[in-house]
Amino acid sequence: MNFETTIGLEVHIELKTHSKIFSPSPVAYGADPNANTNVIDWGYPGVLPTTNKGVVADGIIAALALHATVEQHTHFDRKNYFYPDNPKAYQITQSDKPIGHDGWVEIDVDGVKKKIGIAEMHIEEDAGKNTHERDYSYVDLNRQGTPLIEIVSKPDIASPAEAYAYLEALRQRIQFTGISDVKMEEGSMRVDVNISVRPVGQQKFGTKTELKNLNSFNYVQRGLEYEEKRQQQVLMSGGAVQQETRRFDEKTGETILMRVKAGADDYRYFPEPDLPALNISDDWIKELDAAMPEMPGKRRERYVNELGLTDYDAMVITQTKEMSDFFNATVALKADPKMAANYLQGDVNAYLNDKQVDLQATKLTPEHLAGMINLITDGTISSKMAKKVFKAITEGEDPKAFVEANGLVQLSDPAKLQPIIDDVLSANPQSIEDFNNGKKRAVGFLVGQIMKQTHGQANPQVVNKLLMAALQQ
Amino acid sequence: MDYFKTDLASLHADLVAKKISARELTQATFDNIKTTDAQVDAFLTLNEDAALKQATKIDEQGVATDQPLAGIPVALKDNIVTKGLKTTAASKMLANFNPVYDATVTEKLAQAQMITVGKTNLDEFAMGGSTENSAFKTTKNAWDYTKVPGGSSGGSAAAVASGQVLAALGSDTGGSIRQPAAFNGIVGLKPTYGRVSRWGLIAFGSSLDQIGPMTRSVKDNATMLSAIAGHDEHDLTSSTQPVPDFAADLTDATSVKGMRIGLPKEFLADGVADDVKQAILAAADTYRQLGATVDEVSLPHNKYGVAAYYIIGSSEASSNLQRFDGIRYGHRADDVKNLEDVYVKSRSEGFGDEVKRRIMLGTFSLSAGFYDAYFLKAAKVRTVIMNDFKAVLKDHDFIMGPVAPTPAFGIGDEIKDPITMYMNDVLTIPVNLAGLPGLSLPAGFSQGLPVGMQLIGRPFDESTLYKAGYAFEQNTDFHLQVPTLGGQH
Amino acid sequence: MANRINREQVQHVASLAKLEFTDAQLDAFTPQLDDIIGLFETLSEVDTDGVEATSSVTDQLNVMREDVADNWGQSQSLLKNAPEAARGFIKVPAIIDESEDND
Repeated sequence: MNFETTIGLEVHIELKTHSKIFSPSPVAYGADPNANTNVIDWGYPGVLPTTNKGVVADGIIAALALHATVEQHTHFDRKNYFYPDNPKAYQITQSDKPIGHDGWVEIDVDGVKKKIGIAEMHIEEDAGKNTHERDYSYVDLNRQGTPLIEIVSKPDIASPAEAYAYLEALRQRIQFTGISDVKMEEGSMRVDVNISVRPVGQQKFGTKTELKNLNSFNYVQRGLEYEEKRQQQVLMSGGAVQQETRRFDEKTGETILMRVKAGADDYRYFPEPDLPALNISDDWIKELDAAMPEMPGKRRERYVNELGLTDYDAMVITQTKEMSDFFNATVALKADPKMAANYLQGDVNAYLNDKQVDLQATKLTPEHLAGMINLITDGTISSKMAKKVFKAITEGEDPKAFVEANGLVQLSDPAKLQPIIDDVLSANPQSIEDFNNGKKRAVGFLVGQIMKQTHGQANPQVVNKLLMAALQQ
Repeated sequence: MDYFKTDLASLHADLVAKKISARELTQATFDNIKTTDAQVDAFLTLNEDAALKQATKIDEQGVATDQPLAGIPVALKDNIVTKGLKTTAASKMLANFNPVYDATVTEKLAQAQMITVGKTNLDEFAMGGSTENSAFKTTKNAWDYTKVPGGSSGGSAAAVASGQVLAALGSDTGGSIRQPAAFNGIVGLKPTYGRVSRWGLIAFGSSLDQIGPMTRSVKDNATMLSAIAGHDEHDLTSSTQPVPDFAADLTDATSVKGMRIGLPKEFLADGVADDVKQAILAAADTYRQLGATVDEVSLPHNKYGVAAYYIIGSSEASSNLQRFDGIRYGHRADDVKNLEDVYVKSRSEGFGDEVKRRIMLGTFSLSAGFYDAYFLKAAKVRTVIMNDFKAVLKDHDFIMGPVAPTPAFGIGDEIKDPITMYMNDVLTIPVNLAGLPGLSLPAGFSQGLPVGMQLIGRPFDESTLYKAGYAFEQNTDFHLQVPTLGGQH
Repeated sequence: MANRINREQVQHVASLAKLEFTDAQLDAFTPQLDDIIGLFETLSEVDTDGVEATSSVTDQLNVMREDVADNWGQSQSLLKNAPEAARGFIKVPAIIDESEDND
């Protein structure tokens, strides 16, 4: 039997606003438990929510970034359920009129391009955090009220690889808007996953299962791969897939039953009476659209078509907005684009990985990187010397000043080099003889000696030219 | 001090002239409350120490002429939060609850230097029409201790009617200020929705609730409204309409001449007692004598208001009351083996029967499969009812009618039959559905018990209601009648 | 005889609302709720074709708060009011089904 797969992804992204979506408490991380909470966050009797304009703006921006239609006449709804991290015992969300709908992102899997549809996207509040310890659970409401955008995909994702690509495409576009860090490892991006399979040609979707504990895009793909196979095996052996929630086990790569879904939850949605409806104007949408940073796809086009980067280079440079902005600024200072791309992909990325930091947390600046690259292209330093200079610019030092202070300027003056070459030649008559006898290796040895004499600072091209001229005499 | 013989303006003049000090006034108020409340049972909590301290401070500064409410005692319904002062909503769920913040109206009255002497009794979570649903005590009608004071603001109404305070705040979701005001022969206003901030009002029906003043006279009511009304950044549903000095308009020159009044025929239908009908018809005649026209109008969908209100109000309440789960504040059951116990036992122990009934109705109306037939339908009927009012108020300045079908009924009489209790609200409920302002004032008596009249106005036109109410007062003496406390049995 | 809502449905609604009733209470409650729902059904007499639902009667539209953080400094007093708290957390009996955690 051949099967087709349908995967649904519900992505939650945490926004980087200053205050919470419905309360003015600060959105901050790492604070003491419940330090950033007030009576609204605790759901006290008599409190009322207040809508954060910055969150609505971010919702519009996200809709624009994902090619979705902005729902201009929108409002909030209540989703009622009891849980300790849910202090009002209802969540203020959008069910009836989500702020965006019918968007899409384009993915590329093994060279095949495909558009994945986004059914809807809405803004809502996050809940608090529960930690569990033996017989008790402990509730921290700092996270309660953090603004979220929930993005729901259309049933277009047909494989675990497509799921990975969709998440990456989504992450990148949102990251470039600046509204969220979208980092799974930090919790600013979370994914709820469901998957069903059915025999090819069957109209009706199969029963879907939900997967939990998928904390990275990799795990999402692996978890889906396992579950896809498992469901196929169930069907092939004549069984039926149960509506279940299953937990992904990182060590074994398997999904394990958590609980059987008892039936649909009854959240009793109704319009939130405490918050006036919103009328998003055309002007506001235009204003936000105009202020949006250039999206990664457009940037990649420019890099390849105008700056001569390869597709691969362009892809790596546009992993994050910060790297792409850094690249733009470096090139704007007349640094060679190809060299800039190489340094960013190579030495810079290696440095970031080693120190486990983000680009914006380092002392690296486009001015210093461009300065260093320009010193290489104009011959002031050799690329070998550049290694020392690179270390210096990671520590925030100006490359030109560092080179001068440390005497790293390439020795390129023939007048200065000639005596050294003559010295080395007179000290190594055997090498001259070897060269004359056709042993090309002698040149390398002599160059090595000259570099040693000059502490590596001789300009290799000039040395070669002068040495060859001397040897051929 | 005799609250039966004075008003806010006179009391203020006395305080300015130092004929009485704020401290003396406050102490006398407490002395009187302690004596009379043994029978009236209007108060749940008294605020003696803090109130006397505040009064002393005010005396030190002196009462300024431009501070009309400074040094004057006030009572607040116990569903309005007061920081540091126990707020219970008359429920076991909040029996020992300290709100840790003040309602906006509490802050505004404090800024006006009014002295909160205590929190008054109500039907639990404001759900009821008699104050018999309080978990703690049953308040009595000031005119007859065997009768209910009405509800849910029964405590505030009885406190004012029995001369314990000159002014009190109540809340009104389906008639809870207007009906107890009528039952107790005092003045009560439900402001236009959004006129007064709901920040700090323990929510019942979010799209229906309003806080309003309860006083002995229309002018005092107007003074109180100016003090508590206004846009609040904590309540996004509160209006940015400017707040006039409502009392300034009420002078000897105040007249209803040329006003067009509508009297809906549905308001005098079967079920309204004869005495009540007569009082209203007489009031209509009084208005005609004063130069207004009163003609019969129709609010054809009025009777559907009760069903629509109970669906919408209960649904909103069922959601608003979910936060009482034993986790973060309030009552948590003792004998709990797991989380589910915390929820179910705390809630089942903490809530009374009427509250549970409304939660169940609301949960049902919102639940899967029933939302369209009940909640959504009710929300559409609400629009139809609003349109009925709009049509009449297009060419009438206000609408008049009774507040309740009968005067105050006996304690214990109707509580067994929920539907009868609900029908008592049919005259007041549609006003909350439409969000309009409604003023209740004394308009007669029926066998010794007060009968109230309701004036319903255009949105944010409390001014017209106050003018009409004031003119009525100037030409009648119902509001001057005073109960011989406890009255006849 | 309850014909609009029966005992089982009342029980289901009660579990949604996290309320428990004794058998006697359910016996008393069910006909009361049934009567009230009967009252609700009179609404079907009103023609609401093409009528918009009203979910609020506020005169305010499009009201929002500027994105400015403001810590009201209430966390200490809030924790003091909690029935059970420990190390700055609100303490509750263990949540059995962690699959509902919003993580």
